[in-house]
Amino acid sequence: MNALLDSTRAELLRLRRWPAMWVLLAVWVTLNVTFGYVFDYVAYRTGEPTPVGEGAPPEALLAGLLPAGAPLTLVQGMPMFGGALVMILGALAVGSGYGWGTWKTVFTQGPGRGTAFGGTLLALSAVLVGLVLVSGAVDLGVSSLIALTEGQPVALPGWGDSVQALGAGLLVLGMWAAAGVLVGVLARGPALAVGLGLVWALVVENLLRGVSGILAGVGVVTDHLPGTAAGSLVGALGAARVGEVDGTPGVFGILDGPVATGWLVAYLVGFTAVALLVVRRRDIT
Amino acid sequence: MNETVVTTEHLTKRYGDRLAVDSVSLTVRRGEVYGFLGPNGAGKTTTLRMLLGLVRPSSGRATVLGAPPGTPSATAGVGALVEGPGFYPYLSGRDNLRVLARYQRLRDSAVDLALDRVGLGDRGRDRFRSYSLGMKQRLGVAAALLGEPPLLVLDEPTNGLDPAGMADMRRLLVDVAAGGQTVVLSSHLLAEVQEICDRVGVIAEGRLLTESTVADLRGATGVLLRADPLDRALAIALRVAGDDAVTVLGAGTAGAALRLAIGGFAVPALTRELVARSVDVLEIRPVERSLEEVFFEMTGVEPPAARPAVTGTEVSR
Repeated sequence: MNALLDSTRAELLRLRRWPAMWVLLAVWVTLNVTFGYVFDYVAYRTGEPTPVGEGAPPEALLAGLLPAGAPLTLVQGMPMFGGALVMILGALAVGSGYGWGTWKTVFTQGPGRGTAFGGTLLALSAVLVGLVLVSGAVDLGVSSLIALTEGQPVALPGWGDSVQALGAGLLVLGMWAAAGVLVGVLARGPALAVGLGLVWALVVENLLRGVSGILAGVGVVTDHLPGTAAGSLVGALGAARVGEVDGTPGVFGILDGPVATGWLVAYLVGFTAVALLVVRRRDIT
Repeated sequence: MNETVVTTEHLTKRYGDRLAVDSVSLTVRRGEVYGFLGPNGAGKTTTLRMLLGLVRPSSGRATVLGAPPGTPSATAGVGALVEGPGFYPYLSGRDNLRVLARYQRLRDSAVDLALDRVGLGDRGRDRFRSYSLGMKQRLGVAAALLGEPPLLVLDEPTNGLDPAGMADMRRLLVDVAAGGQTVVLSSHLLAEVQEICDRVGVIAEGRLLTESTVADLRGATGVLLRADPLDRALAIALRVAGDDAVTVLGAGTAGAALRLAIGGFAVPALTRELVARSVDVLEIRPVERSLEEVFFEMTGVEPPAARPAVTGTEVSR
């Protein structure tokens, strides 16, 4: 247990000073604010439709911009954009170690392979927890500012909604980060891992969903893909779905909330377990 | 003092049809500098990777510090530099070692000690990416030294260094060895091994050809004699050195010579004897077999004739 904590501290030290990680985290927070608030607020103020707030009435737009809507704004972009970014983070964090030769260095330090790799997983988890909390705080701050500017009451979201959104966000991001870790391990390098991961998350899943209605049997598979489960969980929280007014790409209503949660947990555990198994067994050359 | 630190029994690694390491059984004793000698691609690195638990053997067994390789109790006592240093390029040299110190539960003061030891104390705050090849290699050695582990495994630590860098690295290794740590040092440079190591294992094409002290490997010193007439010189040589201790080299050629298996101290007496019997002494000198000759003898590859002492030119500066 102590060795696991030592490994986590070591990995946190090197992640903390890694510029690539801060870039990815900053990009997510910026995207979240831009798509969650800036476009909708511009649409509300000008009355012009924007690429994001297409066709929504002004009152609905404003309601989504107030603090009570912050939990949904936090999670609505996670199934696709947030997920893609943390998948890049996971793939880079693990895959780069093969190119740099740092895994071979780390695995000869004392803690066993499983323990050292476990430290990396815990450190990444800590980063994700921090990311979700910071994004939530930023959303709350921006929405409160909008409420004050527009002369609306600053009614904070309920605890239940907040905790649910933070938990769902963490689960969605954790699942995608674990996917990134797995492809990073399998590809033994960052470039192929990031490329394949993104193609899967942004292209392949969408294509499969597209053909699911045409080919019998494919539907069962596409309804349970990682992206579908992530989108369904966020959709179950009440975020506008693909095809609805003001709908967010990647948000679906395919699975019920509890079912989607179950699949996300299964994917998260499965991806992590396979990555850990491969790391422990495969030669480091 | 004969306590063994590393033993392998028929350690074998097979990649498909190719045997990278073929039934290697070696022993490293506590406190010695063990040279692992062989040409590039002989299986040195694969063997060392198996000792570190990075590569799983196909068959055979190994014990490192009394434990199977790769287990925490084995790796905790080993400092390693394998096939080039592996560090985070965006971190400074010092921060890289601080990360490793966290894994080993060491204080940051150990990091500064290790940096000073390899002469990187004043460049520790620069990014690893900006280091020269020699500095990167030295940081690799510093990482291996971190926490003063009882066993150091250094794979070609002078690889890619310029002559000055190699000399610095060799001084560092001599210094480390003097500190009492056991060192396993792989190299394809015979002069390097010859200078630093107590014992050597010679490996070629995956097989361990021999394992002995450098002195035993090179054999006793001898004396080379060219004289005229050779037959009279031979008679005198046999009397001085003994019947079994003289070989004729290049018999029947213009450059024919005698090799006497006696120490260099016998040269003056032998010369006096030859001159007293009116034999013209053309050349007489002590000779040593270089490790290179031994090595080529063993691996069956002829050394390039026109380039004597390849390794010698590499070390002299």
